[in-house]
Amino acid sequence: MKPTERRNGVRDGAPKVEVRDIGLRYLAESGETEALRRINLGIEAGEFVSIVGPSGCGKSTLLSLIAGIMPPTEGNVLVDGVPVRGPNPKLAYMLQSDFLFEWRTIIENVMIGPEIQGLSLKAARERGEDLLSRYGLGDFMNHYPNQLSGGMRQRAALARTLVTGPDVLLLDEPFSALDYQTRLTLADEVGVILRREGKTVILVTHDISEAITMTDRVVVMSRRPGRIRAEHQIGFPSLGPKRPSPFHLRKAEEFPGYFDEIWNELDIHIGA
Amino acid sequence: MSSTSTSAPDAAPDAAPAEASPLYAAYLRRIRLERHLVRVVQIAALVGFFVLWEVAPRAHWVNPLLTSYPSAMWPVFVDMLSKGELLYHTWVTVEETIVGFVFGFGGGIALAIGLWWSRFAYKVVDPFMVVANAMPKTALAPIFYIWLGDKYSIYGIAIAVGLFITTIMLYNGFNEVDPNKVKLARTFGASRSQILRKVVLPGSVPTMIAALKIMVGLSLVGVIVGEFQSSKAGLGYLIVYGSQIFAMNLAMMAITILAVISTVMYVVIFRFERRVLRHRQ
Repeated sequence: MKPTERRNGVRDGAPKVEVRDIGLRYLAESGETEALRRINLGIEAGEFVSIVGPSGCGKSTLLSLIAGIMPPTEGNVLVDGVPVRGPNPKLAYMLQSDFLFEWRTIIENVMIGPEIQGLSLKAARERGEDLLSRYGLGDFMNHYPNQLSGGMRQRAALARTLVTGPDVLLLDEPFSALDYQTRLTLADEVGVILRREGKTVILVTHDISEAITMTDRVVVMSRRPGRIRAEHQIGFPSLGPKRPSPFHLRKAEEFPGYFDEIWNELDIHIGA
Repeated sequence: MSSTSTSAPDAAPDAAPAEASPLYAAYLRRIRLERHLVRVVQIAALVGFFVLWEVAPRAHWVNPLLTSYPSAMWPVFVDMLSKGELLYHTWVTVEETIVGFVFGFGGGIALAIGLWWSRFAYKVVDPFMVVANAMPKTALAPIFYIWLGDKYSIYGIAIAVGLFITTIMLYNGFNEVDPNKVKLARTFGASRSQILRKVVLPGSVPTMIAALKIMVGLSLVGVIVGEFQSSKAGLGYLIVYGSQIFAMNLAMMAITILAVISTVMYVVIFRFERRVLRHRQ
């Protein structure tokens, strides 16, 4: 297990994001549910990590804990060595669907983060316009979301996520609402963009192929209560040192091996 | 089930081809024809109604003393208009409706925000709201008259009639705003008041407009009932007065004006709705 290349100038050895002994219980009158148990995870700066697991295993919940929008029952999350106490501007979240506000134009949607965080709106607007232009949405800034296709909307959502300048991106099945073709294309685009910008990425997905092709490390979680069952360092030595785009990685000779191994760990019983 | 053969372009594709096919042209013609037909029948029905209203009493199919008829209302209309009485009474009613509407709606928004803000307050207030909403507020007209006097009691009833239903509708609307949109705002670190201002309120605009529509009608109900009770001014007063002295021309004319006011208010809100909701799916 070699640590991946480090970026963003974080001191060696200190993970960008560290999950320490996290546990979570949901309390309800009907009873309590243990959702997560003793999760430990370290993510280096610039690393792409994916979390896969059966539905209901708490993988999205783990992301919410890392994002600081809900507190864990036990343990804590450190970002750059500092415990997370609430939403942190260094972290940005991308949800299952774009959830663009239909009452705002695309550029106004991109501005929601800077508005909430009280950033300089003028500078943020320039950054937002620049991002949208780079994602091919330059002519659509003043359109409303219902005038855009699904892929365009999700790219707008990416611009909204990146405009606040986060180091770490939390992606919660960000392509699951899209059709298959758009999904593959967009995963490629987003993967390239995020690697180029040196972001740290935590991707939650139920799509094993997506996890293998987009990230450097796949973390497999078990059924509830969610625990970490296995971790896989993903590498494609047969394709040389430069990592090809996720789409091409699906054809790599290492791919089926990873896929089968992770599939078996997920413990999915077909027709059971 | 065929797979999609063409890859959809990334841009929103709703531009019609430059040259419409005969099939499409015929389709458009059919739609236009139907739209015109609906309009023609509507106008015919309206004209027919007034013609019937004119002819039936004159031919003594019905007693003209009970129903009045348009040409009998006309002199009353002209007379009252020239004396300025008509505009006065109409304005009184409109003004009371606007006051009732603005305060009822504003109060409803304020209450709904309060309940959204504090779940505890909501749990406490919930059963009382349900009862307050189920109560016929018009039953309070005499009480309000004693408490508030002839002018303010009318405002009071107009507000009371719409306040609770507005609150309940808006509160439900606030809670129906997509929780993922709220979550999105929270991932940026939004405070509760930011969530309210940037997500919940703008996200509830369709509900607000639905409540607005109901509220306008209800305020008018409240105002007319209030005027029945106060019997001092307004179209409600004219109706009560006209029926008490058996001047059906007067009462019927006031009711007709009321119908016109309702129509105007509906059209205003309808236009407003189209403007505001243009970009929402």
